[in-house]
Amino acid sequence: MARVIQCIADNVVSPLGRTSMENYVNVKAGCSGLARFEEMDRVSSPFMLSRIDRYVMDELCIGLDIPDGKYTFFEKMLLTSSIQAVRKAGIDPSSDRVLFIISTTKGNVSLLDRDVKGFPQERVLLGKSASMVSRYFGNPNAPVVVCNACISGVCAQIEAMRALQSGRYDYAVVTGADEQSPFIISGFLSFKALTDTPCRPFDKDRTGLNLGECAATVVLKASDAPACGWVLEGGAIRNDANHISGPSRTGEGSYLALMEVLRKCGREGLAFVNVHGTATAYNDEMESIALYRAGLIDVPVTGLKGYYGHTMGAAGIMESILSMYAVQDGTVLATRGYAEQGVTYPVNVSPENRPAHGNRFIKLLSGFGGCNAALSYAYYS
Amino acid sequence: MTDMEKERNLKYTVITDKGVTVCGRVLEHNHTGSAMLTEIYRAQLGDWPKFFKMDTLSKVGYLASELLLKELGERRLEGEEYASDRAIVLFGTTASLCADRNYQETIQDSDNYYPSPALFVYTLPNIVTGEIAIRNHYRGETSFYVLDGYDTGSMAFHLQCAFQDDVTESLLAGWVDSTDNDDFRCFFTLMDRADASDLKGLENELKGIMDNLK
Repeated sequence: MARVIQCIADNVVSPLGRTSMENYVNVKAGCSGLARFEEMDRVSSPFMLSRIDRYVMDELCIGLDIPDGKYTFFEKMLLTSSIQAVRKAGIDPSSDRVLFIISTTKGNVSLLDRDVKGFPQERVLLGKSASMVSRYFGNPNAPVVVCNACISGVCAQIEAMRALQSGRYDYAVVTGADEQSPFIISGFLSFKALTDTPCRPFDKDRTGLNLGECAATVVLKASDAPACGWVLEGGAIRNDANHISGPSRTGEGSYLALMEVLRKCGREGLAFVNVHGTATAYNDEMESIALYRAGLIDVPVTGLKGYYGHTMGAAGIMESILSMYAVQDGTVLATRGYAEQGVTYPVNVSPENRPAHGNRFIKLLSGFGGCNAALSYAYYS
Repeated sequence: MTDMEKERNLKYTVITDKGVTVCGRVLEHNHTGSAMLTEIYRAQLGDWPKFFKMDTLSKVGYLASELLLKELGERRLEGEEYASDRAIVLFGTTASLCADRNYQETIQDSDNYYPSPALFVYTLPNIVTGEIAIRNHYRGETSFYVLDGYDTGSMAFHLQCAFQDDVTESLLAGWVDSTDNDDFRCFFTLMDRADASDLKGLENELKGIMDNLK
């Protein structure tokens, strides 16, 4: 019989808080971490960013006894979130029954900048950062980094579920983060994907995405007991096979991933779909098509980019965690920035918090490389 | 063919900056490094001009996958034919470091600042999985995992895990690393559920294959 995969602890570190609950309360109250920047180093065009204050991060590190000078900002993001989540879970992270999985797109890429000093160049390798984290916890297993562009956070949870189902591990610590350096910001600017105003997911006047910084962790546990609490019930990853930097016009990969999740988990009790909702013209249009084709167009949707921007490696994890809090709170969170329907197939989206009905949600993401991923969590009391 | 008669050894292609081997057969070439990739593409394939705009990681992965599929006599899906039952699962240690360095050069100096979207898009290692999916009309899972070193145990484990998606019937699996345009190591293989059923056996096979990359 398949094992039950429960989420037993979580954490979100972001400009909106140091714990998941702080983040949830602030999002529900309508707060956003987004601020306008006129420039950053050699990036001279204005952009919006939800940025973690470096002093706040250092303070958090001191509070958690993370040694000073040993870790990069990216690694501090991973550690502050994973340490809090592991403590909350009350597990022994040094056990060989625990696997660490890291979700990131660019890790320590800022170290490639010749003006950035203080750390050896080899730390730009993602596996090195992952090993820094697993070694911090004294974990004996080889950690794995999931590097699937913007869908990494959902993929990392799917991979954790599989690793636990295999029977080799009993716990998986899944942590995602990305530092927003000039490398990433200049790249998205060159793509003309960024807007210098707060993003407007699914709105008719949406003009592009905002970037953000966040670290998020879920601790998953495999058990043979009947399902209770938050249970990760299924997930799927599918490719559009269409274009490396633009989504499919028919939402093919997202549609296929959604259909596979619905096949595994059913539609019963589905409170909402937490979408990617980057507020680019193409992404939101594509998602509306995929939702329509999957028969989900009437289900409430909610997007969190107006509060956090696109947090890349953290997005799939943080957005899953806030969705768990929202379902338990009986709330479909407002899609901040949305005002007027701006996609071909009108999605069930709102600028206000709404009551949620159901014990389940779907998290949907898509990314460069034509990749798409969806997963479903359900709550059993 | 029954499972008992099934050939035990995985068929694979290997590409390093020094040479190319397709299922044990060494391909002839006059150049090494990036020039060799173009030479091999022209001599063996020559049917996909998008090849020339790819970064090194994608070129290497693309060539290795195409040479393998051609050697195995796989029928190419065309037109409206697509498959969801074949996944692409790749591993490496460098991820997109080669593309990252190339892109960093375009933003390093304010006097010579010209960030290029064509370079930036390749600063994600999973782009190579997308290039292969597009060419072959694969709509199955595409995943890229980064490991801290040549770890065939982890590879075998995560490959076996990929078959937990019960739509997935076969994997185009491999390893691809590139630190600069003239430094790369890669192998690709095609495997089905039976190939991944014995974890220790798979790990040993991967060990044998990875020895070609050292």
